[in-house]
Amino acid sequence: MSEQGDPGVPETGEAAAQPAPLRVFLVDDHAMFRAGVRAELGGQRPPDTSESGREPIELDVVGEASTVAEAVRQILVLRPDVVLLDVHMPDGGGRAVLEAVRREGGGATAVRFLALSVSDAAEDVIGLIRAGARGYVTKSISSQELAAAIRRVADGDAVFSPRLAGFVLDAFAARPDAPVADPELDQLTTREREVLRLLARGYAYKEIAKELFISIKTVETHVSNVLRKLQMSNRYELSRWAADRRLV
Amino acid sequence: MDIAASPSPRLYRSREHRLAAGVAAGIAAHLGLPVLAVRAVFVGLLGFNGLGVLLYAIFWAVLPVDPAGGPDRAESRRVLPLLGFAGLALVVLVFRALTVDDQPATAALGWLTALIAVGAGIIWHQTSGAATTRRPAGSGPELGNGAGGNAWLGAVLTETGRRAYLLRFIGGGGLIAVGMIGLVAFFAPVGGGIAATMNGLLFALLALSGVALVSAPLLWRIFGALREEREARIREQERAEFAAMVHDEVLHTLALIQRNAESGSTVYRLARAQERTLRNWLYKPTGSPSERLSAALEQAAGEVEDAYGITVEVVLVGSDAEVGVGDRVQALVAAAREALVNAGRHAQVATVSLYAEVEPDQVNVFVRDRGVGFDPTQINGGRHGVRGSIVGRMERHGGSAKIISSAGEGTEVRLWLPLRATPATATTGTAAADPEEGTA
Repeated sequence: MSEQGDPGVPETGEAAAQPAPLRVFLVDDHAMFRAGVRAELGGQRPPDTSESGREPIELDVVGEASTVAEAVRQILVLRPDVVLLDVHMPDGGGRAVLEAVRREGGGATAVRFLALSVSDAAEDVIGLIRAGARGYVTKSISSQELAAAIRRVADGDAVFSPRLAGFVLDAFAARPDAPVADPELDQLTTREREVLRLLARGYAYKEIAKELFISIKTVETHVSNVLRKLQMSNRYELSRWAADRRLV
Repeated sequence: MDIAASPSPRLYRSREHRLAAGVAAGIAAHLGLPVLAVRAVFVGLLGFNGLGVLLYAIFWAVLPVDPAGGPDRAESRRVLPLLGFAGLALVVLVFRALTVDDQPATAALGWLTALIAVGAGIIWHQTSGAATTRRPAGSGPELGNGAGGNAWLGAVLTETGRRAYLLRFIGGGGLIAVGMIGLVAFFAPVGGGIAATMNGLLFALLALSGVALVSAPLLWRIFGALREEREARIREQERAEFAAMVHDEVLHTLALIQRNAESGSTVYRLARAQERTLRNWLYKPTGSPSERLSAALEQAAGEVEDAYGITVEVVLVGSDAEVGVGDRVQALVAAAREALVNAGRHAQVATVSLYAEVEPDQVNVFVRDRGVGFDPTQINGGRHGVRGSIVGRMERHGGSAKIISSAGEGTEVRLWLPLRATPATATTGTAAADPEEGTA
């Protein structure tokens, strides 16, 4: 997973002055849900005031798949910018898709994954993030928010729902101040913790920036760092976290 | 009743490809080996003092017939392969008799035991065949009344009658007697002083094992039936619980949604309430609102959702297992509920966030909406709800509440409650440690 040690690289999004539409791919075993998302994303004109102040980019749903095998095959062929990934599918689910694309696409895949699930069970969410998804939102999200989340993920930022922020806080909160083997990697800084707390409280990135007197860019960097640490934090941490919650 | 097959595949006697009793075919199917190989092993084991026959008889007695094995059908032209195997067995025996010449005593013992086993088996299966094949295929209701002693009676009385019953025990007893007499006759000439005692012991032991051999299949089958019955009952119970849940909640909600299809807010409220119920049912460990803070907060959030048609996103961090729900925590929950109610009533938003963080020595709860907001300085004087139900309530219980709002920016209510402190000492703590300094 070293290819994505890229905390906050928003240059790609801004370098392209008049960008091509973002290519989005849908993976979900419910045809009805796919149709709904496709209609909502397709029919959605980006609002003028994008949250982060960037020029809004159009979204183009280039394909969809209902099974893991089909999804992997099509993603490798189509190379979309962002894949919306369901967590639970009959034949393995989002994690299998993510891992297969990573494996077969090699290090060259610039495809980014955003988990979009009806499940908000902690193990599903954290598991997918650890496998390399750039964010996680629940299916109850509004279409504007979903579009904004897709754009943010395509830009290299992480997208955290309040609930995901809560899970992460939980995962790292076992012993906040105790020294660990590799504090750089495993612990969140005070600032990152503050950002996560505000996220969990339902603040938008913009509101967090205002609250903490920092720029939105800085907020996004903090969130990306949290994501990176989450993917890289050791197995011991995860197993203890799971055991604490009686997940194992 | 096809909810789930038993997790590990059971070993059954096969009905379809059997030559004799279907033991070899069943084992072959279970292990994924060719049937011929298993049969060859049995024949080969014959060479070891009849071990093959003995093993076959034991498997025969112990294994149930495959309930999903299709029709009870023997392999066609069964005489020919049987003859083949009999010939092979003869070859093995002759070969063994010619090459190895070990103690005749153990050989005789082995063969006699095998003979007894086969005799008991034949008589047993000849009479109880109908009962054994029907039983595993029987469903819950049929076995439902056969708990405890009833099953015992059932197993005995479902036999084809008194005659078969007698035949079995007389035949089994006769076989045992023959076996024992043979053994005694064989061993008696060897006897000396201590050897005579040994023979006596052996005699008793043989009698016991003979009885066990005759009755073991019965016991085994009864336990099997009981086990199956219990599993079926558990499955049935789970299914019934699920069906009741779907019937009581989901179907009614769907019916209500159909009838209120033109009222968007009603449909939303119903769907949201149902989603919450199902979610709790699927993912959440059952916790009572009077025992766990998280359950209490979620219940409060659910009530507000239903009453005001909004969505409350509940996020809880930290373990609330040790917190308990005493008076003070209940006050915290009530204050949070009041904050949610205010948001639902005045904020004009669809979504409200509720974030609770449990730390070892304190609990923080934040209720946040992005609605119209208000100017706290203008309202604080007159509004009883905010002052009495939120701020006053928290202060009475040793915590504190703070309301941040401005027009257009939404509202956040911050509640703080110290744990493991009496209200008296906590009031001094309130001034010393303002929770807002820690988080914002």
